[in-house]
Amino acid sequence: MSEQLTVPTMAEFMAQGKQPEVLFWVGCAGSFDDRAKKITKAFVRILNKANIDFAVLGAEESCTGDPAKRSGNEFLFQMQAVTNIEVLNAYEVKKIVTACPHCFNTLKNEYPGLGGNYDVVHHTQFLKGLLDDGRMTIEGGQFKGKRITFHDPCYLGRANNVYEAPRDLIRKLDAELVEMKSCKSRGLCCGAGGAQMFKEPEKGNKDINIERTEQALDTKPQIIAAGCPFCNTMMTDGIKGKEKEGEVEVMDIAELIANAQDL
Amino acid sequence: MEYLPNILFAIALVLGIGYFANNVRKLIRNIKLGKDVDVSDNKPQRWKNMAYIALGQSKMVKRPIAGFLHVIVYIGFVIINIEVLEIIIDGLFGTHRIGHQVLPESIYGFLIGSFEILAVLVLVAVIIFWLRRNVIKLKRFMKDEMKGWPKSDGNIILYFEVVLMCLFLVMNATDTVFQGYNSGNIISQFIAPWFDGFSEATLHTIERTAWWLHIIGILVFLNYLYFSKHLHILLAFPNTYYGKLTPQGQFTNNEAVTKEVKLMMDPNVDPFAAPPEGAEAAMPEKFGASDVQDLSWVNLLNAYTCTECGRCTSECPANQTGKKLSPRKIMMDTRDRLEEVGKNIDANKGTFVDDGKQLLDNYITREELWACTSCNACVEACPVSIDPLNIIMEMRRYLVMEQSAAPTELNNMMTNIENNGAPWPYNQMDRLNWKNE
Repeated sequence: MSEQLTVPTMAEFMAQGKQPEVLFWVGCAGSFDDRAKKITKAFVRILNKANIDFAVLGAEESCTGDPAKRSGNEFLFQMQAVTNIEVLNAYEVKKIVTACPHCFNTLKNEYPGLGGNYDVVHHTQFLKGLLDDGRMTIEGGQFKGKRITFHDPCYLGRANNVYEAPRDLIRKLDAELVEMKSCKSRGLCCGAGGAQMFKEPEKGNKDINIERTEQALDTKPQIIAAGCPFCNTMMTDGIKGKEKEGEVEVMDIAELIANAQDL
Repeated sequence: MEYLPNILFAIALVLGIGYFANNVRKLIRNIKLGKDVDVSDNKPQRWKNMAYIALGQSKMVKRPIAGFLHVIVYIGFVIINIEVLEIIIDGLFGTHRIGHQVLPESIYGFLIGSFEILAVLVLVAVIIFWLRRNVIKLKRFMKDEMKGWPKSDGNIILYFEVVLMCLFLVMNATDTVFQGYNSGNIISQFIAPWFDGFSEATLHTIERTAWWLHIIGILVFLNYLYFSKHLHILLAFPNTYYGKLTPQGQFTNNEAVTKEVKLMMDPNVDPFAAPPEGAEAAMPEKFGASDVQDLSWVNLLNAYTCTECGRCTSECPANQTGKKLSPRKIMMDTRDRLEEVGKNIDANKGTFVDDGKQLLDNYITREELWACTSCNACVEACPVSIDPLNIIMEMRRYLVMEQSAAPTELNNMMTNIENNGAPWPYNQMDRLNWKNE
């Protein structure tokens, strides 16, 4: 598939002596994970459609250090952070948007103490902002009346108290937003956080993503909406484990909106 | 001989309060074994948190049944203790119901009347609490870490409260002078007839016995606190005051590491130069925590504050899916180890003598630590702002930075980040390939 995405880099902007409105921090999952790349592209399609002046770091981006920090490797985290901050500060970045709550949390909360001060927003907040400013419109389209449940990413919800932006966007799709038994501040983790994504779980009687998928399936959804590439993977695996791939889809909020706009 | 009761009372009071004060000193000393952290910022917000969360019980009522019952016991505890003031004055000066003499009858009656109603409400709430632990057997009270002493402790506290409330009501019911006022005996007037056949002298003996047992019971209960999870009735206040103010997702950046990293990144530093005088001392002796002394004093205050309600554990995704991790156990282990260290210091004239044990492995296993998803559900659930996640993270830091003892898959992930800037083995130069795929 060779679609035309406009994805300028910071280096290109700088060469022209310009600053983009916002830096899109793609993140490792968004750059390399096949499922997450689709989220990245969906978000870019929305940005292109809305004519947003954005840029990415491309090959100058590196892991924020989040999984290293949550594993206990403070040294590796700070090495990553300080290196990234040097790049970001050299480009005089002011505003960052990212579709990964882990990058979001780290950039927003843990970089300032190391000299990186930016206005960091999650892509659901950014999209909500575009909507509120009239720079983007959403119509229900194909999602009208569909049952959608939203899985709160821990690092977006509890960690940073962002509960409403993703929900507001789902409501704009004229979809029926249904809440799980544990939601918002009591949302159950998908099982990937704290670097669990990169290791086998400890011995127990169930995998966390299965528990969470069961909670989601209890709401009889047609779509499980997510706002994090790792949650997306965990919930997708859960749905496969429950053999419900035919009935329930796991989609990022950006994908919902891009699809609703027929992008 | 006339003053004998007054003297006995004064002795009981001094002993009770003195022993308690001594244990509070120990408590403070033990908490101060933790590392110093700066929590002097944002005082208005801290007072507000204490007012809302501890005083106002705002997080307790997130679970409505337990929350409602707890509010009753809490209000009962605070208000009925006003009565203790009268008991102390009476006891010391040999007066009888001094409040009735100094307050207008209507106010005194109103006060005692409300104490009596609250006493009954507390009794009901406490009985329901007991049923939840022993008959309904709520899951969170049945976890492994709740076997043995913690289970008994929970019940002993409830028995204490039942006995104290009953003594209070009996004391009022058999107090013929008080019943004579016929004001404020709103509950005890219905208990008084149970003692109808008794002589005046017997009634007086029962009343005095109940009075003495009541105040002695309170003093014993006060001293029981230090040996019990029930310390939360005091420590919830400082604990909510010193609770985390930054977003839950924000973990602290280790300053010693920052210095080291900045030095490494500084192109003007000669990598072969000898470190300047005192540079060694600036480095911490170790990264992370393997024992209680490596934790911050706020972590240790957290541990003493925990009342083992288990809301954290019941919200923990790892625990819900059968893993060994229980945030409540993390707090209980930290407290138990801290107590052990404290006793060691007491036994060795004020210095800690290595006992070959530590918090890691002897109390908290690695399996527990690595099961955490850092999701903050435990932190959110705690009604008194305890942060078990912070302890887990400090201990992971020790495992990784001091012992290089991360699970193999995590070591692979970290090697990938070091080598190519992503947790997976992809080339950093390929980060934008998705654009053309």
